[in-house]
Amino acid sequence: MQINVKIKRFDPEADKRPYWADYTLEARGSDRVLDVINHIKWEVDGSLAFRRSCAHGICGSDAMLINGVNRLACKVLVQDLGTKIVVEPIRGLAIKKDLIVDMEPFFDSYRAVLPYFINDDPPPPTERLQSPEERAVFDETTKCILCAACTTSCPVFWTNGSYIGPASIVNAHRFIFDSRDQGKLERLKVLNQGSGLWRCRTAYNCTEACPRDIPVTQAIEEVRREMLWRA
Amino acid sequence: MSTAQRAKAKRPRTFDEARAMASSSSELGWWVFMRISGMLLVPLAFIHLWANNMAFNAGEIDFAYVVARLQQPGVRIFNSFLLLFAMLHGVNGLRYSIEDYVRRPERRFLWKMILFTVAGIIFIFGVMTLWAFTYEEMGSAVRALGSE
Repeated sequence: MQINVKIKRFDPEADKRPYWADYTLEARGSDRVLDVINHIKWEVDGSLAFRRSCAHGICGSDAMLINGVNRLACKVLVQDLGTKIVVEPIRGLAIKKDLIVDMEPFFDSYRAVLPYFINDDPPPPTERLQSPEERAVFDETTKCILCAACTTSCPVFWTNGSYIGPASIVNAHRFIFDSRDQGKLERLKVLNQGSGLWRCRTAYNCTEACPRDIPVTQAIEEVRREMLWRA
Repeated sequence: MSTAQRAKAKRPRTFDEARAMASSSSELGWWVFMRISGMLLVPLAFIHLWANNMAFNAGEIDFAYVVARLQQPGVRIFNSFLLLFAMLHGVNGLRYSIEDYVRRPERRFLWKMILFTVAGIIFIFGVMTLWAFTYEEMGSAVRALGSE
């Protein structure tokens, strides 16, 4: 079928502001949006810039605003969108070129929550054991692929770029509720600051945007309740 | 050297360092307050609506009725709670919006000061109406207005 694709493009060396580029091309319903964009880059206009790596919903490189919703271009099919497709870069981060945004502020916030295992006890000769129930507590938040779909769908993050963002809170949650980890208080201290998790207004945009179906808002509320008893 | 240690050693230069230096649980306290006051405001507001609009015929409400009603200690205490929780809950919600949407620090400070000033004046008037008016004097003042 014939589809119409509108892409918000921006070349910092040539353009003062982003503009809409129109492409009409043939696609099958079973094509992914990533296939469509690849087709444009390979066959129509080689200057189109965007990120993609694994193309199978695991690496988190190709989060884009597709028909008004943050999604992974490799996980959404043309047949689920219709013949008119609008693709924009994710919001709230500076556009570097076309669909590529500057992810550094996002990763700065991620690093701020100490997203790694902290345990000062000497390592035991065998594994650090954990019961299935203890593991289940943070099972959902282990699924994050750092695509930034949640953080860049957050209305607070759009206006307040210093807000630490849902993705960082999700990754803090993953270690705060890990029974083997000892860095909980340090992480809660980071999240308790003015731009930490109290800026969340429970808009639920993050939960809707997450391509891994992580209940993001619920994770934020769980960290808040934990803070209530520990801070 | 951790971020927190680095931040202690000198004035913060990056946002990360500033965040590591700051330490206050006030936002935690306000978050808890918003939940508790939100739950309290539901019965407070609906009882207020019921008492003022359904329990009495609006046609019978005049100055004398209001005076008599506001002299009952129970009404004064109930309305004081309603005033306190509605003002704190609403003003804090507006403060959240200002913190989210006004990005320049000077402007944010200015808007917050305007908000707190207006809210403070409204709150003082509310307390005066409930507790400090002498209704006999007010009554004659209102009657004097009407007779002119």
